[in-house]
Amino acid sequence: MLTLYGKSFNSRLLLGTAQYPSPSSLKQAVEAAGAEIVTVALRRESSRARTGQGFWTLIEELGCKVLPNTAGCRTAKEAIATAKMARELFGTDWVKLEVIANDDTLQPDLFGLVEAAAALAGEGFEVLPYTTEDLSAAERLVAAGCTVLMPWAAPIGSARGLINKDALKTLRAYFPDIPLIIDAGIGAPSHAAEVMEMGYDGVLLNTAVAKATDPVKMAAAFAKAIAAGRLAFEAGLIEPRDMASPSTPVAGTPFFKIDQAS
Amino acid sequence: MARRSYAIGVRGAGVVGLWQALVLARRGHAVTLYEQSAQPFAESCSVYAGAMLALRCEEDNAEPVINELGKRGIALWRETYPGTAVNGTIAVALGRDRAELDRFARMTGGHRRLSAAELVALEPGLGDRFAGALFFAEEAHLAPEPALRFVLDRAQAEGVRLRLGASEAPEGADLVIDCRGLGAKDDLPNLRGVRGERIVVKSRDVTLTRPVRLLHPRFPLYVVPWSDGLYMIGATVIESEETGAITLRSALDLLSAAYAVDPAFAEAEIVRQGAGARPAFPDNRPRIIARNGYIYVNGLYRNGFLLAPALAELVADYVETGAKDPEVFVEDPAQR
Repeated sequence: MLTLYGKSFNSRLLLGTAQYPSPSSLKQAVEAAGAEIVTVALRRESSRARTGQGFWTLIEELGCKVLPNTAGCRTAKEAIATAKMARELFGTDWVKLEVIANDDTLQPDLFGLVEAAAALAGEGFEVLPYTTEDLSAAERLVAAGCTVLMPWAAPIGSARGLINKDALKTLRAYFPDIPLIIDAGIGAPSHAAEVMEMGYDGVLLNTAVAKATDPVKMAAAFAKAIAAGRLAFEAGLIEPRDMASPSTPVAGTPFFKIDQAS
Repeated sequence: MARRSYAIGVRGAGVVGLWQALVLARRGHAVTLYEQSAQPFAESCSVYAGAMLALRCEEDNAEPVINELGKRGIALWRETYPGTAVNGTIAVALGRDRAELDRFARMTGGHRRLSAAELVALEPGLGDRFAGALFFAEEAHLAPEPALRFVLDRAQAEGVRLRLGASEAPEGADLVIDCRGLGAKDDLPNLRGVRGERIVVKSRDVTLTRPVRLLHPRFPLYVVPWSDGLYMIGATVIESEETGAITLRSALDLLSAAYAVDPAFAEAEIVRQGAGARPAFPDNRPRIIARNGYIYVNGLYRNGFLLAPALAELVADYVETGAKDPEVFVEDPAQR
């Protein structure tokens, strides 16, 4: 079970809702993935006079826990305002907090992130911060009141997989009791399986599913990879060795083979 | 066998209603086209369309039915409207977004790769700024407002009566075909609006002769040449029904992407801007919904100009023979 802010979920796959060919294909992908949490970006113009209601109704009909996000916000102030709007619209204290530093890489602004997380936590929000693999930022976020962390694997939409595996391992080791969810940068189910094998608690995906040739099949593929990775973590992986180690005992077999000597 | 002639009201004079009226009138029906706005096209999202007859490029997101109907759509536009330009579409990506070009090639058909030299030969204005390009030779484009006016004139020449400022069905109509787009939202609860913003500029320096799509992970854009140095730069896709003016953020995105396509846009004048809301069902597929003498044609989403002519024919076939194409006819709008 994945437990985030006191709520438990069977699925460890969280899905973004953008870029799908249609809301219907999103729905089918969510079903194929068995996802129980979906994240929705809020744009200011859609919230005026609830002009985005058509799409939000379809999101609500998915029957998932909705995790609004503050995608595209450039400052702590903007992210805080968007989070408050989201709370009102979706009736949830959850927010996936994004404060973007750089338009090109969509790198999180860690300073603005910590500032916004502290302010929102102070107002009763349950903050899931989109951060980097940086340990010091993670410590500040936890000190600010976050009980879940969402580090990136690679820049959003880049599909490059785990570009700093050592730092992700360090993060896992430092925060054994904080749910860690990889948010962004995953391209293939094998990337997701690998990070789950490392003991991460979940994976949030969007582009890798939505932009696949067949999003519904890809959603199912990721669900299997994430379940397999988790199972492998629970089962305990063996450590890599520097040389071969036979799986059947070799005691008693001749070391020197006659047919190789001729 | 002589076909029966019906008195038909077509409600809404956007691209769907205009084609519906024209096709029915050509088949000898007595058509009244009625529209709530006092001026033609004043409230229609059709004027915000890119009006690319993008048979292939839309395969990126659309289902096969769009392609089948679109082929017929292009043929009907070519037969009917001399302003239909059939000289293909070019898709380009900047060097670092090369993967977008590979993805687009994977999702679409009917294209060939262009070398840098071929690209410059075909569209000199694009220069050597791009890592590669795809050419979709079958595609066509037109300028939406002149095209709409032309279809309206043709429809009237075929005997269609136009009533502006009218929302009541003409007296004695045997049936009504509702082509109001989002105007029919109260009747079709799962219809939603998807906002599209666009900017029209005028340039003496830009020389593009066919639609160019810039593939970009976040700011996909197209530039469509109209006539007299006018270029349409579009279009955002935002889950919102809000129309009206473009936001500053979207304007920055669109204009900087246009500048990346051709730096000559820097000196262009901004002529108009604005946003329409595309009518869409949850699967973004068009639907024809027939209920006791009242027929809705709706949900054409990004493909109004491409699909309107073929859908008009399907409706006319249904009116005359009762034949329902299962790809687009649904009984219940909540279906699928």
